[in-house]
Amino acid sequence: MSNNVSLELKAEVENLLNTYAQCIDDDDLENWPSFFTEKCLYQVIPRENHEIGLPTAVMWCDSHGMLNDRITALRHANVYQVQWYRHILSNPVITTRDNGETINVQSNYAIFKTCNDGESTVYNVGRYIDVIVREEGVLKFKERSAIYDTHRITTLMVIPI
Amino acid sequence: MTITPEHLKWPADAGHTAVPYSVFNSREVYDLEQEKLYNGPTWNYLSTAAEIPEKGSFKSTYIGDTPVVVTRGQDDEIYAWVNRCAHRGAEICRERHGKSEDGAYTCVYHQWAFDAKGDLRGVPFQRGLGGNGGMPKDFDKKKHGLRKIRVVNYHGAIFGTFSDETPDIETYFGEDVSYHFKRIMNRPIEILGHTRQHIAGNWKFYSENTKDPYHASLLHLFHATFNLYRSSQEGQSIINNDVHSVLWARNSGEVEGALDDMKKDKLRTLKTGEYELEDMSLLAGTQEFDDGVTLVILSAFPSLVLQQIQNTLAFRQILPKNENEFELVWTYFGYADDSEELRNYRLKQFNLIGPAGLISMEDGESTELCQKAIVRDGNYKNVIRMAGDEATGDDHLVTEGLIRGLWKGYRQYMDF
Repeated sequence: MSNNVSLELKAEVENLLNTYAQCIDDDDLENWPSFFTEKCLYQVIPRENHEIGLPTAVMWCDSHGMLNDRITALRHANVYQVQWYRHILSNPVITTRDNGETINVQSNYAIFKTCNDGESTVYNVGRYIDVIVREEGVLKFKERSAIYDTHRITTLMVIPI
Repeated sequence: MTITPEHLKWPADAGHTAVPYSVFNSREVYDLEQEKLYNGPTWNYLSTAAEIPEKGSFKSTYIGDTPVVVTRGQDDEIYAWVNRCAHRGAEICRERHGKSEDGAYTCVYHQWAFDAKGDLRGVPFQRGLGGNGGMPKDFDKKKHGLRKIRVVNYHGAIFGTFSDETPDIETYFGEDVSYHFKRIMNRPIEILGHTRQHIAGNWKFYSENTKDPYHASLLHLFHATFNLYRSSQEGQSIINNDVHSVLWARNSGEVEGALDDMKKDKLRTLKTGEYELEDMSLLAGTQEFDDGVTLVILSAFPSLVLQQIQNTLAFRQILPKNENEFELVWTYFGYADDSEELRNYRLKQFNLIGPAGLISMEDGESTELCQKAIVRDGNYKNVIRMAGDEATGDDHLVTEGLIRGLWKGYRQYMDF
């Protein structure tokens, strides 16, 4: 494990985290799966489960197909009121393994949700724990876990975190 | 017990096919429910036994909106009491769950100490301090225990009641509800996790929802959108003692069960659908019950829904917060003897249920839609007439009979 991360890599990781958040906040969800490797793990899990080693997550996808299916369902099947996310991200803590092939990143997030009534509320707060790899020159999430503190989800969760 | 005020009584012609909306947003009705239902002769789900596995284990929860703690004593028996110190009313247990190594529960305010049964064990400075203070000589610790709750461990699930009049739990549930409860809780379970959902709606809109097979394929469009809906589904809606119910379904004539079958005709299913699931592994699973039943929604009034949807098993605890809000606590489980493969099926299928459930997330939304719309219309009534006017079950799922049963029983409990 190494904490000596080049400024170039740091900038590249930050760019990945920021463009991911922007993709969701801009409702460009069809592009959301492209941030992940083909075989991947994306999970949104309450901190209360994670801390005591219980595996249940509210969203758990282990393939591009499952990520795409989430978005197809969101667009065409699920029923929910109009809502927008706004992610606020912390600076990431970055370490590398395997001679820099695998990048471990942890960052905090807060998501505000705004619905048609115009009120913005703190919807979900937590941290991302990521395993990032390079695929054809581009950084992608091999694993992304959103471990949320806000363990009481308001109404429902349809848009990924 | 409070006598129900005349102005809350329903019109004589209201029956159970037309419920006045005022029951969903009146503080007066809410407070009366806390007394007559939750503090009255009902069994309320508190926990699974698996969550308090060892002597000293405890868990905080609620009966209605009353905070309670469930404990396992040094004698391995299960107890429950109201989480309010007998001294000056402070909350005693401040953790969601844990283990009290010495078996004591001590209030932080003045360190009055209680045991797992809720009996008062210690009062600091009871004999005074250096000749000063102390409790009067007639102070009797035996008279200052916590408010105790009658509990039963029913096949691995802990229920509590405040009333001595509540009948034994199988009499309370009725024969079919007991059967289906035991069918799911047939052997030791393993807890897989919890999620919580906060919904801005009255808890009874959710109770109706869990007794309402009519909405299933109309609100929840996941199966239809991906052309996974199976019209051949057979099932039953069953009422016991008016307020408790079971909905079950299976795909007719399929001994192998729905999921195995779906894999077989996957190509036809996918080609005829408007949209396709890219990754069918979401629905992969196994037929784990011999009866071929793939869906059970068991509603145990007033606070529990026990479900089996494919290979997902979960308790949903309904916790009212006020007349306009409730919390839904999901406890997901499998069996202690699950193979790794079966456990993985369950974990993946959890995508279907819960707060982000692909087939069920709309239930919270529908509750809120109703709550928003009835604000000024307490004198108007809803219409609950699908499959007739009787409060009875049916050999099909195109019915609102179970909802009529809910209101029939509710009226009796509430003296409305």
